[in-house]
Amino acid sequence: MYMFKYVTKRLGLMLLTFSIIFTMCFVLIKLLPIPTTALPGQDPEIVMKTLEGRGWITNIKEGSNGVWTYDRVPIMLQFGNYLKRIVTEGDFGIATTYGEYLNMNIWQVFVNHLPPTILINIYSTLIGVPIGLALGIIAALKKNKWQDQVINIVIILLISVPSIVLALMIQYVFCFKLGWFPLTMSVSNEYFTWPVFRSMLPAVFALCLGSIAGYARYTRAELSEVLTGEFMLLARTKGLTKRQAIYRHAMRNSMVVIFPSILSEFISVLSGSLIIEKMFGVNGVGGLYLNSITFQDYDFFMLLSGFYTLVSLTAGIVVDISYGFIDPRIRMGAK
Amino acid sequence: MDNNINNIPIEKFRLASRGDLLHDSKFETKPVSYFQGAFQRFSKNKGAVVGGIIIAVLVLFAILAPFFTPFKPAYYDMVYAYVNPRLNVFAESNINFWDGCRQKDTNQVGYLKDLALATETGREVIKNGEYTVSEDGSVYSYRYDTYYGVGFGKYKTISQEEFLDIQRYQNETGRQVLYPVVKSSDRPTLEKNKYDANIYYVVENRKASTLRPKLDKEGNIVPNYWKYDAAKPSSTIPEYNSLRLEGENGIQEDGKQYFYAYGRKVDGGIEVRAEYYEYYTYRHTEVLKDGISEPNFIFGTTQTGKDIFACLAYGARFSFLFATIVAIANFLVGVIWGSISGYCGGKIDLTMERIAEILGSVPTMIVITLLKYHMGTASQVLVLFIAFFATGWIGMAGRTRMQFYRFKNQEYVLAARTLGARDTRIMFKHIFPNGLGTIVTSVALVIPSMIYSETSLSYLGIINLEAGNTTSVGTLIAAGQQSITANAGYVALFPCMFLVLLMLSFNLFGNGLRDAFNPSLRGTEE
Repeated sequence: MYMFKYVTKRLGLMLLTFSIIFTMCFVLIKLLPIPTTALPGQDPEIVMKTLEGRGWITNIKEGSNGVWTYDRVPIMLQFGNYLKRIVTEGDFGIATTYGEYLNMNIWQVFVNHLPPTILINIYSTLIGVPIGLALGIIAALKKNKWQDQVINIVIILLISVPSIVLALMIQYVFCFKLGWFPLTMSVSNEYFTWPVFRSMLPAVFALCLGSIAGYARYTRAELSEVLTGEFMLLARTKGLTKRQAIYRHAMRNSMVVIFPSILSEFISVLSGSLIIEKMFGVNGVGGLYLNSITFQDYDFFMLLSGFYTLVSLTAGIVVDISYGFIDPRIRMGAK
Repeated sequence: MDNNINNIPIEKFRLASRGDLLHDSKFETKPVSYFQGAFQRFSKNKGAVVGGIIIAVLVLFAILAPFFTPFKPAYYDMVYAYVNPRLNVFAESNINFWDGCRQKDTNQVGYLKDLALATETGREVIKNGEYTVSEDGSVYSYRYDTYYGVGFGKYKTISQEEFLDIQRYQNETGRQVLYPVVKSSDRPTLEKNKYDANIYYVVENRKASTLRPKLDKEGNIVPNYWKYDAAKPSSTIPEYNSLRLEGENGIQEDGKQYFYAYGRKVDGGIEVRAEYYEYYTYRHTEVLKDGISEPNFIFGTTQTGKDIFACLAYGARFSFLFATIVAIANFLVGVIWGSISGYCGGKIDLTMERIAEILGSVPTMIVITLLKYHMGTASQVLVLFIAFFATGWIGMAGRTRMQFYRFKNQEYVLAARTLGARDTRIMFKHIFPNGLGTIVTSVALVIPSMIYSETSLSYLGIINLEAGNTTSVGTLIAAGQQSITANAGYVALFPCMFLVLLMLSFNLFGNGLRDAFNPSLRGTEE
């Protein structure tokens, strides 16, 4: 019962934060001039009517010199229209200036761009978590021996060398010099075929190096702290072998801290990394976001910023809540 | 009873030690203040000291390097694009490294072309003239000088005044800029070869796509210069009275004296063949007077012919300056916000925390995008500053708040309050100095992360500092990535090295600071 109350409270707060941010974004976007210029090949009247139909402007008139005049709908009314369409029709708008997807349903375009981003991040998590954990465990068990020192150096290097440089090195060495992989990811919808998978691999490696280092460092710190705990001495005293003591007591206790971060990483796989996506030409959400900035397509921007905010908020809340579930002793926010 | 302690006669009392009353003896050692102790601990940490030294070197580079290079981030020269890094020391002593050359493997025609350039200009297009041929004779390998290899580039049309001025320059310095031109009816016919000023020799087939030099019996290249009768100058050949090719004081043929033509009058000026290396020197020393004497790019040039050294130096300078200013701004606001929030507690704390939390959960990317939309044409630096400031102070405020929570219930605070100290005095004289170590450490750790964010944003192209006459390491890395396929890895190499060194040294330095200020936290985040 206590947990339920806590979770509801956190969820409520999260929703509140999210709606404040979302409203702020909407108002700030709507304060900008409305892009009413017709692209080549577009009928200005259709552009105007579309904007009217979406509830942004009203009262459109064509002047004698071909200039259209219109009145803006008050921003809060626009926001109402926007939310209504999202809730009743699941309609996030259509692309108005993003040339490639002109007049296409934004939600559809967004959903089409999700798979590459998600796949790359899932592969990277699948590779990164086990290796990172394993390295961390080895380092903690062999603390201050040569294995630990080697792993430590690797971790420090991987953490200090920025991902932008790591990715560039991977691209240069494996894609260009050795030619093992294509330079960029191929733009194909058949994600589960070997050529497409192969073209994903450099991006996956670039992504997972960072998480390997992160997990290894985290696991090493946690586990070596747990190993010095007095209950470990007790476990050995009552007759457990070292292996049993480590598996049954040390590992499970150190996982209390590590597991939530794995969970949150699984949620953040949705948002991906803009840098990696740009560098390896991944046709994912990140590229969509970057292009929507250049094209100033505001509906795209609203959808994507809402998405990014939601993902980061959810990842944060999942970490906090899962602590309570994994370790009943932890009572978050208890008085 | 003798043992009557109530009636001890006064004479029996004696002072334990007369004269030397017992005092607390003074400390023999010197007192060590908190910051002295921190400094001592810091100096013992070798990694941190090395990190500090590297940071100092990088900062010195960022401050001083722009003064030592005449190049600017705005400078570019498309002809000298993808020119390899060249350090005079290496170029002059026969070391095949950092000498402005690259390894070139080509066929015989390619080799002959480079050889032709070398013989005409007298420059080492092929380093030391050394080359190796594969066994079947199809592959020629040699060190190809990217500076001299540019040769003449395309035929260039210059004005009459410039033509005269170059002749004046040639006569004064004795350096030859202009070389004889080829008659337009003798030039190759294909569009892509027509304007190539490097082809000054007779070719086997003028219509072919690959032009193969026609060699004479001794295997030498035969020049194909435009000759005219010295007695009857053509109207399309401008008057030329300056340096001529060595040994050419007019050629005697059939009893007449001929001259080579050093230009051709065309619409809008005179078409010449100018050796680009000399022409570059002439333009920069005589016309532009911008302090550049010879093309010499220590770190090479990018795809668009920008000097990487200058771009990196100015970019680094901007990064450091920017990060420091933002860090100071964040520090001031964050500390004030965090101290009020932490000291007051209760409702005020809760409200301030909520505000900070909501602001903090807006992804930085979204803040920057919104700012960009609204301030589209304004300075990008301002956009960056506001965005980093808007999201950056929150972390600082949180850390300060933690420190205040840690210390505000301690006895010395209670004592100060009992003695009547006002709140501001307690906050900034008693609590704040105790938390300062942790806060300073976090400032030191925030600087590299800010530089990195700025770099990534420039890399992604969201922020473009080039308009503001500076540049960013991120822009350079983006240029470097495009150069990978052109086999010009060095473009990315230097900016990447800068970034790696910076991150590594700041990490070491920051960890050292943290350990020095909080010995109890040692190793927790290793």
